[in-house]
Amino acid sequence: MTLTEEPTTATSAASPEVFIAPGRPGSLVQVKPRYDNFIGGEWIAPVKGQYMANVSPVNGQPFCEVARSTAEDVELALDAAHAAKDAWGESSLADRAAVLNAIADAIEANLEMLAVAETWENGKPVRETLAADLPLAVDHFRYFAGATRSLEGRSTEIDKDTVAYHFHEPLGVVGQIIPFNFPLLMAAWKIAPALAAGNCTVLKPASPTPWSILKLAEVIQDVVPPGVVNIVTGPGGEIGKALASSPRIAKIGFTGETTTGRLIMQYAAQNLIPSTVELGGKSPNIFFADVMDQDDEYLDKAIEGLVLYAFNKGEVCTCPSRALIQESIYDRFMERCLARIAAIRQGNPLDPSTMIGPQVSVQQMEKIASYVEIGSQEGATCLIGGKRAHLGGELEGGYYYEPTVLKGHNAMRVFQEEIFGPVLAVTTFTDEADAVRLANDTLYGLGAGVWTRNGNLAYRMGRAIKAGRVWTNCYHLYPAGAAFGGYKISGVGRENHQMMLEHYSQTKNLLVSYGTKPLGFF
Amino acid sequence: MDEPSQVPGVIASPAALDAIHELVREVGPVMFFQSGGCCDGSLPICFNDGEFVVSDHDVLLGRVGQCPFYIDHRQYEAWKHTQLILDVGEGDPEGFSLGAGKDKHFIIRSRVFGNDEVPSI
Repeated sequence: MTLTEEPTTATSAASPEVFIAPGRPGSLVQVKPRYDNFIGGEWIAPVKGQYMANVSPVNGQPFCEVARSTAEDVELALDAAHAAKDAWGESSLADRAAVLNAIADAIEANLEMLAVAETWENGKPVRETLAADLPLAVDHFRYFAGATRSLEGRSTEIDKDTVAYHFHEPLGVVGQIIPFNFPLLMAAWKIAPALAAGNCTVLKPASPTPWSILKLAEVIQDVVPPGVVNIVTGPGGEIGKALASSPRIAKIGFTGETTTGRLIMQYAAQNLIPSTVELGGKSPNIFFADVMDQDDEYLDKAIEGLVLYAFNKGEVCTCPSRALIQESIYDRFMERCLARIAAIRQGNPLDPSTMIGPQVSVQQMEKIASYVEIGSQEGATCLIGGKRAHLGGELEGGYYYEPTVLKGHNAMRVFQEEIFGPVLAVTTFTDEADAVRLANDTLYGLGAGVWTRNGNLAYRMGRAIKAGRVWTNCYHLYPAGAAFGGYKISGVGRENHQMMLEHYSQTKNLLVSYGTKPLGFF
Repeated sequence: MDEPSQVPGVIASPAALDAIHELVREVGPVMFFQSGGCCDGSLPICFNDGEFVVSDHDVLLGRVGQCPFYIDHRQYEAWKHTQLILDVGEGDPEGFSLGAGKDKHFIIRSRVFGNDEVPSI
């Protein structure tokens, strides 16, 4: 996930220093022993006084406590949001944009600190948080600051004396549930459009990653009006439900798995409110034979494009976890790819030379292991990896899994279900029609990748694949301004584009007659 | 040729059965729905019975400790060559699921059916 297509060069020989873990002497990141909820611009202790340990996946050790909130705390956050919504909803577009830009500036001014916090929280390599997660979050707020300034209603001249005016009006207070894989970036994806459209939000971060977003709140609390952004931490089954089913929200946004996605939509139906759900995928990454026509920079890019399945240790909704390779180049191409995979540096994610860190939790790591076991039972061949990585020392308690490749066929469960780990399922196709058939032989339709030097073929493939985003000769780029969302059971709605302003607004129509003549019916 | 033997589409480990028993005692009847997709996808989500609205198209895969276990019909098609084994793993549930006791969550293990087995659902 890079901002641009410029390669982010890994400094090799003279490696920059390893960042000091948050909370330790000399670290960029201060850690308090205990964090409360962020409600109404203040830090509010949970009503029932309960807290839960927050663990870093880097070493498996708890490093702070966060509020183990209950439904009462969600109500407090909703109280604060409702108290703020009228003033925020009536603020000028210039004022809203100024707040969004101020959030972006505050994040940028603290970028290294937040990148290190995000790495410690989630386990993703700091080279990714420094180059992708945080810069993208900054840019996302700036994008929506710009988008809100260009927000225009429409008017229609129905006839000479009758005009239909259309205004965007905020929904009011929205609920947003953030996943664990990009705690800060996904928060930015959700907060920015909601605020830009004039709404206040109550956010629930994912249970494994509640802390880095509280560090974000520390950074932005002075520039966001109280009550506009509220954050409540705790178990999904309790506060996620309390938020999503609350009759006091006007919309719910959710990123996660399909069953909870259905549940969220069920709650929304019961309250007659809209929802946006993004539910993951099993994205095909398709390599046509002509990628090997030359041994050049483009081929190098394509090889990296396959290896991007290990980006963020595979914990990406659009992880290119299903590689489809034209059979005529399979052996030669995979040989190059496997060499690149073998060179992946796994280790302490606070080391800028580390390419893959730990999975976010022991739960996720064990799920990955169980999938590799299923793949083995199904007859898949393990080409590399296939087991937990034991890194010794302080990292021994962390949740590291080796980058893995399984060769098999598309009906296997490892080809059909998102593993959410660094596990690539690879198979071959014969021709274009076969590639389309395999690409679409999935329940999901979030992302896809197409690699070919033939622009006509690339276009036909892009249009034939039933997925919301088809990366063409690239992968894992997430620029603001490119709509993101799913086909099929990958979800409903889009993010990351100015169309989100519509999704977070009501349309008010004023139908005005400037004529004076009665209708004449009565 | 022998008739293929009918085997349950889902079974539960002794630890899972104990956890269900405790959970039902604590919160009343529960239900399971097999999830898919990102984050907690692939995990069985445990709800208070009736919390999740089941559609006519969902597949009742079986019962575990007398609690119904469902799966989406499309997901069933992709998974039907495997038997699901409900078990208990370390750590709290990360999503909306009820837990399987203190610091535990429900997980799925899977077994590929033999050629002589068909799922009874």
